[in-house]
Amino acid sequence: MISIREVEHVALLARLSLSEKEKEIFAEQLSTILDYINKLNELDTDGVEPLYHILPIYNIFREDEVKTGTSREDILANAPQVEEGQYKVPKII
Amino acid sequence: MTLSGDYETVIGLEVHVELKTASKIFCSCSTSFGAEPNTQVCPICSGFPGMLPVLNHKVVDYAIKVGLALNCEIAEFCKFDRKNYFYPDLPKAFQISQYDLPICKNGYLDIDINGDKRRIRITRIHMEEDAGKLVHQGDITTTPFSLVDLNRSGVPLLEIVSEPDMRSGAEARAYMEKLRSILLFTGVSDCKMQEGSLRCDANVSVRPRGQRELGVKTEIKNMNSFRAVEKAIDYEAKRQMEALEYGEEIIQETRTWDEEKQVTRSMRSKEEAHDYRYFPEPDLPPLKITPEWIEEIQASLPEMPDQARGRLMEQYGLSEYDASIITQSPDYLAFFDECLRNYSNAKTVANWMMGELSRLLNQNNMEISECLVKPEDLIKLLGLIDNGTISGKMAKTVFEEMFAGGKKPELIIKEKGMEQISDEGTLKAVIEEVVANNQKVLQDYKNGKKKAFGFFVGQVMKATKGQADPSAVNKLLRERLDK
Repeated sequence: MISIREVEHVALLARLSLSEKEKEIFAEQLSTILDYINKLNELDTDGVEPLYHILPIYNIFREDEVKTGTSREDILANAPQVEEGQYKVPKII
Repeated sequence: MTLSGDYETVIGLEVHVELKTASKIFCSCSTSFGAEPNTQVCPICSGFPGMLPVLNHKVVDYAIKVGLALNCEIAEFCKFDRKNYFYPDLPKAFQISQYDLPICKNGYLDIDINGDKRRIRITRIHMEEDAGKLVHQGDITTTPFSLVDLNRSGVPLLEIVSEPDMRSGAEARAYMEKLRSILLFTGVSDCKMQEGSLRCDANVSVRPRGQRELGVKTEIKNMNSFRAVEKAIDYEAKRQMEALEYGEEIIQETRTWDEEKQVTRSMRSKEEAHDYRYFPEPDLPPLKITPEWIEEIQASLPEMPDQARGRLMEQYGLSEYDASIITQSPDYLAFFDECLRNYSNAKTVANWMMGELSRLLNQNNMEISECLVKPEDLIKLLGLIDNGTISGKMAKTVFEEMFAGGKKPELIIKEKGMEQISDEGTLKAVIEEVVANNQKVLQDYKNGKKKAFGFFVGQVMKATKGQADPSAVNKLLRERLDK
């Protein structure tokens, strides 16, 4: 069972603000999801190599070559606020 | 009673080094430093939705190279992970890094501390991407906004993590200096602390001497020079010892080094923030590193600082101290080696490099690669001292001029009329004049006031604007005064 405290912790990490009611709902829903996933633990995985990536491919590279990127105008086109060619954001210290 | 006698300081360092690749780690944008903000960016390094990273081959080559240079085991298999946190300089809200399977682990490097060799173990080295840069507008304490430049976002980094094996600020500094010289010799980074291509965070704790278990640590950031690393750590250790003496608890937190006030200040508490929820990066397939690949990199490793130091001591009889200064960077060593190709006195070259050359480089905040004095110029100057054209003292003046304008030593000496006067006839004439003008002092000298000799030397040097050959002056003056 996921506790309200755990929901609050995860919500804080995701920068979500939840009402008391929502916390209860999510505690219950998250618990149900985790219980479902926990079914996997019933499988015997002795001797099975851990899987780190879903595709059986390795060592996909590009060479170290510079290509012209996107123009500053284009890259900043969707920024909510721009100043001196930069994204303008609230100060975080 | 001193606190440092009762407590032991324990230090581990996390070093970030920017790799000198042409393009970024996961996209083809340029990594060059100092461009206009947001002019070396693309949808990948700006974290636009749906963009896919592709790994730069050279980053892996460089990581293996550094791992080998630092005596690490190279992983046969490794992968990337996402480190999740929110910060405006991190556009994807996660950093692609390596978590449980880093590319290198279990290495070490050796430092010399007051003649003692200490081995500092390296826990791991992993590859990751750098974040962007935040610029605060106006006064940082009052402005409500920051500006974000993503040129640095996606520049390849290696994070090199040491074991908590250091015991003082001086050891941490020695570790950083040694690490820098090894990295410079591998050629993977320019390691400029001022420009941020070499950065260091220190984990510092103290414990009562004899206690096994580690004390609560703090992490110190924003140390922008080797000196700052040493000072900040020593300050922080002392702060913690004093806190413990007063019965206060040390809080695990991040602290920043305030260069101006020379203190560490609390930045933020780490209790809640430390949950990065790492998980494997699904957009990058894992790496398999073959023994052949490792051998190929091994074969490309140049002479490392420790080897070079041994060579200088053996081949030229330099002291360990001199040899370690000369091997601080490959450019320094190349300068020395180049001088020695056409000049035989290694000790003299070392002295000039460690003395005048280093002094002027430091004074002007320059690298030896930017220096206008080339090896052939220095040995030319040394030759002019050796054959008596100028005195060692004058050579320093000439050297300063060479350093400032890149002029050849012979030209400077000629232009300034600095040739040393060693012609006996000329000097004798000067001496006669000086003696004639100072009959009283001569009398004093003859009456046993031997100190007066120095007076005459001074007068002769003055009359020749310092150009007289001192040994010739000494000899001729003695002959004249004692006759």
